[in-house]
Amino acid sequence: MSDNILEVKNLNINFKTFAGTVQAIRDVSFNLKKGETLAIVGESGSGKSVTTRSIMGLLASNAVIEHGEILFKGQDLLKESAKEMDHHRGNDLSMIFQDPMTSLDPTMTIGKQVAEPLRIHGKISKEKALKRAQEVLELVGIPNAKNRMKDFPHQFSGGQRQRIVIAIAIVNYPEILIADEPTTALDVTVQAQIIDLMRELQEKLETSIIFITHDLGVVAGIADRVAVMYAGKIIEVGTVDEIFYQPKHPYTWGLLSSMPTLDTKGAKLSSIPGTPPDLLDPPKGDAFAPRNPYAMQIDLEAQPPFFKVSDTHYAATWLLHPDAPKVQPPAPIVKRAQEYAHLMQTGAVDTPSEGSQN
Amino acid sequence: MTERKKIIQVQHLKQYFSPGKPNEVRAVDDISFDIYEGETFGLVGESGSGKSTTGRSIIRLYNPTSGKILFEGQDISKIKNHSKDMLHFRRNMQMIFQDPYASLDPRMKVKDIIAEGLDVHGLVKNDQERDQRVKELLKVVGLNPDHVTRYPHEFSGGQRQRIGIARALAVDPKFIIADEPISALDVSIQAQVVNLMKDIQRKNNLTYLFIAHDLSMVKYISDRIAVMHHGQLMELGSADAVYNHPLHPYTKSLLSAVPLPDPEIERRRTRLPYDSSIENNTHDQRQLREIGDGHYVFCSEEEVDGYKEQMQK
Repeated sequence: MSDNILEVKNLNINFKTFAGTVQAIRDVSFNLKKGETLAIVGESGSGKSVTTRSIMGLLASNAVIEHGEILFKGQDLLKESAKEMDHHRGNDLSMIFQDPMTSLDPTMTIGKQVAEPLRIHGKISKEKALKRAQEVLELVGIPNAKNRMKDFPHQFSGGQRQRIVIAIAIVNYPEILIADEPTTALDVTVQAQIIDLMRELQEKLETSIIFITHDLGVVAGIADRVAVMYAGKIIEVGTVDEIFYQPKHPYTWGLLSSMPTLDTKGAKLSSIPGTPPDLLDPPKGDAFAPRNPYAMQIDLEAQPPFFKVSDTHYAATWLLHPDAPKVQPPAPIVKRAQEYAHLMQTGAVDTPSEGSQN
Repeated sequence: MTERKKIIQVQHLKQYFSPGKPNEVRAVDDISFDIYEGETFGLVGESGSGKSTTGRSIIRLYNPTSGKILFEGQDISKIKNHSKDMLHFRRNMQMIFQDPYASLDPRMKVKDIIAEGLDVHGLVKNDQERDQRVKELLKVVGLNPDHVTRYPHEFSGGQRQRIGIARALAVDPKFIIADEPISALDVSIQAQVVNLMKDIQRKNNLTYLFIAHDLSMVKYISDRIAVMHHGQLMELGSADAVYNHPLHPYTKSLLSAVPLPDPEIERRRTRLPYDSSIENNTHDQRQLREIGDGHYVFCSEEEVDGYKEQMQK
């Protein structure tokens, strides 16, 4: 698997708190291929942000990495020294944060902020760095960038600020760009623009993107592959079509059916009952079992391993065990599968392997 | 539609901040609409469009710059502060806020948070009755009645939002303004809260003003929807009409930006940009005009025929 630019293997991260040890990440493994967008979805507390922060080496001081490897081009990032991580951050790994209001320095002109990674990571003159900063600002669609280099963040709108944050992240052509809920704080129309921008930049720069979000609508628009996290574990991973049209895990079913589509009428929204488990004391069996209407006895006793659905699609649910009874997924999920099958027949679907985006 | 009782009438409401000064902000600029008893009225728009200001004006957190708001036929700006009428008004109209973390006093127990309204309005005679009522309310919103002595930080976001709903329900209101009540919640919890709000509405014959920017959720919960932009209403109609047959270009643009959890749709999506210059052409005659049955569009007189034609299609 030489095309994997990043491989995360059996990652376990705990947080030491006054209340005890929180097992935030419990045996997470995934990989990221060159040039693809992997979306990680999950509720707050599911561990999606902790996973990506561990890649960047930005974990809080009370975090303990129990074991695991994060291989970036074959090199384990967890074994790197602080200095070596400094070299990676903002250079070949960079990150976009959720809130564009707080991730820019309010006292520094935007030209300087965009040029900063260049000045830190490369031997480049100030003039050249600023010139390059201006080019990147133009690339991310800041109108009249030349004259706005000396403006401060408060002189820009929320959407423009997020564009500036993106400019800072891509100025050194990172190999991996991690976007942690980059559009959550933005209006739908601005969100749509930022997503378009990220797609466009990915095509131009061939960056691999890890996109963290809880918004399944955004995922459908940007991802090649999707990993669904619940209670510190990845519970299902597959191509975007597999996850949205042929999901296998009851949690993914629940997530997809609790979102009203534009033709959901009158009827009650199906919701997932209950709340996520407390990771101070994670359950012995499947963490989702208490909220899972399809739970079986074994779900309470043992954690399900990954079952292979296809070469790209894996799900951790006992329902896929050969001995498990056949169950009928909820109606909205069945409907999705049928619509997809219909589209396949009429040949309206471009297979994702052909690299169709947009 | 037979003659339905109007619970709220907003007439030419203008809400300016710092009026007359150079930094004047026209948050709400001449809007009119009615809300009928028992319905859910959805108000959508981007941030800064004035939707929250409208809600806050209706519950009289602001005094309107001009225009009138009638609640059950009574002009709310005529109600005197600290009067009996004001108490009555506040009891009948309640609000649910966006942020379940900021809207509950962290130093009050759940029972005191919920019972505050009961105390203010003198709705319970003694402590026993008070506890009884609080426990009932917790049951209604699906929380464990034994948790009355807990503090807000001991609850999750979804549970806190339920406490906020219980607090609003405590005084038996007729009308509830929900300002982005689910935006701060996780997807799987959003559906729970929305279902709860619908259940309670059916049981208590409540009227909701549901303010949100999540358009698919608004479509789901609302009977009628108004789309707001730059302090004005762009389109108003039944949820079905506004979503499935939008007429105003701003509504179309907004809907074209809503991401749907369906990769095939997303791949084919084309977004429609909105060019606000069409508003400038004949601005002074622009107002909401009825195009079809109860379907209003913000336009000038000469555009009406064009929209009518569009609707025929």
